[in-house]
Amino acid sequence: MKNPIIKIEGVTKKFGIKNALEEIDLSIYEGEFFAIVGPSGCGKTTLLRVLAGFEVPDSGLLFIDDENMRNIPPNQRPLNIVFQSYALFPHMTVLDNIAFGLKVTGVPIKECYQRVKTLLKLVKLSGLDDRFPHQLSGGQLQRVALARALVKRPKVLLLDEPLSALDAKLRNEMRQELVRLQKSMGITFILVTHDQQEALSTADRIAVMNNGGIKQVASPTNLYESPSNKFVADFIGSINLIKCEVRQIEGELCAVTTGLTKDLFSIKGKNEISVGQSYLMGVRPEKIQLTKLTDIDQYDNKLAGIINNITYLGRSSMYHVKVSGDENVVINVSMSHSDRSENIDLCIGESVLMHWTAGSALLLEDHDP
Amino acid sequence: MKIKNNHKAPKMSLDYFYQWWFKVILCVTFIFLYAPILVLIIFSFNDSRRNITWRGFTFKYYEKAALNDGLIDAFINSLTIGIFNTLGSLILGILTALLLWRFRFPFKAVYEGIILLPVVMPEICIGVALLVFFNQIGWANNLPWPLSLSKITFAHILFSFPFVAIIIRARLATFNLEQEEAAFDLGASPGQVFTNVFLPHIRPALIVSGLIAFTLSLDDFVITFFTSGPDTITVPIKIYSMVRFSVTPEVNAASTILLLITLCAAGIALWVHRAKISRIGKL
Repeated sequence: MKNPIIKIEGVTKKFGIKNALEEIDLSIYEGEFFAIVGPSGCGKTTLLRVLAGFEVPDSGLLFIDDENMRNIPPNQRPLNIVFQSYALFPHMTVLDNIAFGLKVTGVPIKECYQRVKTLLKLVKLSGLDDRFPHQLSGGQLQRVALARALVKRPKVLLLDEPLSALDAKLRNEMRQELVRLQKSMGITFILVTHDQQEALSTADRIAVMNNGGIKQVASPTNLYESPSNKFVADFIGSINLIKCEVRQIEGELCAVTTGLTKDLFSIKGKNEISVGQSYLMGVRPEKIQLTKLTDIDQYDNKLAGIINNITYLGRSSMYHVKVSGDENVVINVSMSHSDRSENIDLCIGESVLMHWTAGSALLLEDHDP
Repeated sequence: MKIKNNHKAPKMSLDYFYQWWFKVILCVTFIFLYAPILVLIIFSFNDSRRNITWRGFTFKYYEKAALNDGLIDAFINSLTIGIFNTLGSLILGILTALLLWRFRFPFKAVYEGIILLPVVMPEICIGVALLVFFNQIGWANNLPWPLSLSKITFAHILFSFPFVAIIIRARLATFNLEQEEAAFDLGASPGQVFTNVFLPHIRPALIVSGLIAFTLSLDDFVITFFTSGPDTITVPIKIYSMVRFSVTPEVNAASTILLLITLCAAGIALWVHRAKISRIGKL
């Protein structure tokens, strides 16, 4: 197993009476692309600031490369930040901006500029050395900020919502760029973002945060396919959650009732469930198939409904289907246009049958841990 | 695009320029503001002792002013006070601005209002108040030069540092605190952060407010009048006493020189301000 470069043990931080961070335990390994996601106000930025040394935790320990970071100020920690606003120095050229971190620590000027030149090439900014920040585009500013933070070869690079100011297309490009840089330099990256898509597409592992606590740490695939709780299931991607009650347990599968129909649904269960308990059945929109109402006998897990609305998304469409039996329950179904079977007419007001396999449904606790 | 000439209401703001009443207002305000000053400057070159009618062009009175020891002393006094006032108001103004920008404390709004009060307070009130104040505390009157100027200098700092505070406060409001953190994160010491990041940001405001403080001090009459003694005459006071004897072109010449110094300072301030906007404005 690789070395944990960052070890956080029981870190708690309070602002007034509000707990910004509650007993955080987390290990981040060397050479990893790690992402911290969560809604705004979940404490992810506070955690980043604790790592950088701008906030001092009320209790708990923080180790970077096995060194206790207590009483070590930000300017002596072996990590650097890419700020959300980039925070470039407007009165310095690109070259001086990037060289700043080397100059202030007494690296000889000649070596400074040599290292900056190499890095400029790496972030594809060669030839822009003597420009001022106000002469650059958003994407170029982003690259300068990245280069400035990387020039000191930190053990860890912290990225605070680095792509939020870019347009969608540029953002996509920069995601791949970040991954490329991380792999080629071998530096541990910690990306803080509210954008789950960004985290899923870049990170090796992701921590999902809410209300100052970490809800789950897992690889993108595991996070999406088997979220450990309701919050993670709902925050990462979208999911339909239906209240259910366990009736029967048979090996790996269990049968649940929902109150929407008389039918039983089968779900791949998990450990420590018992008959009679209430849970949530979660099904991702793309795991549900739509078919004609007349096919009703062919499937195990099924619900009838009427298409209430359709959102066109280009590659696919999202169908909002009202469940027959309970008008208040709307199930979202995503279908790509190429997958759609020819013999069914998907229009608003059409009656359809939704069905899914037992393995694609999730059983989740009804309350947050 | 066709422009219809029969349209009564102009569509673009520039179109107003072509209306006759607009030009009249422009001309009248210009004449009202600058005609007296123009006359002052023109008559400083008048070759006439009584300076009522134009008698021909001469530099004579500039030479005379330059040889007038009283006037030269007044200029030296004014410039000395101006320089010390600028330094004093800059220090106080920066500290005030930093206090208002960086910290939160009870009754901050009240404090802010009180600090800025000298800007709107009638000068005559400040003048009389200072006269009484300096008498009450028994400020020594027979100090050697340049300490003899301290009374006037303190009085000038009193009314010019709020201007400095306002200007620097406004500049500080545009400072991105993440820049400071970024510098710190990159390994800079607090001192390096100050000189490399913070100072360059407020430098234009420092220059502008310093020049404004200097001009305010140079031109001030009312407050200076109440705080000056027989040995501490400044240019405005000197000119006033010269006028009381007779209005010779020498007075005009002295005034013109004062005007020139003021205009230069204001011009530099404006130029620095503009340069700052065009360079930083985009970011």
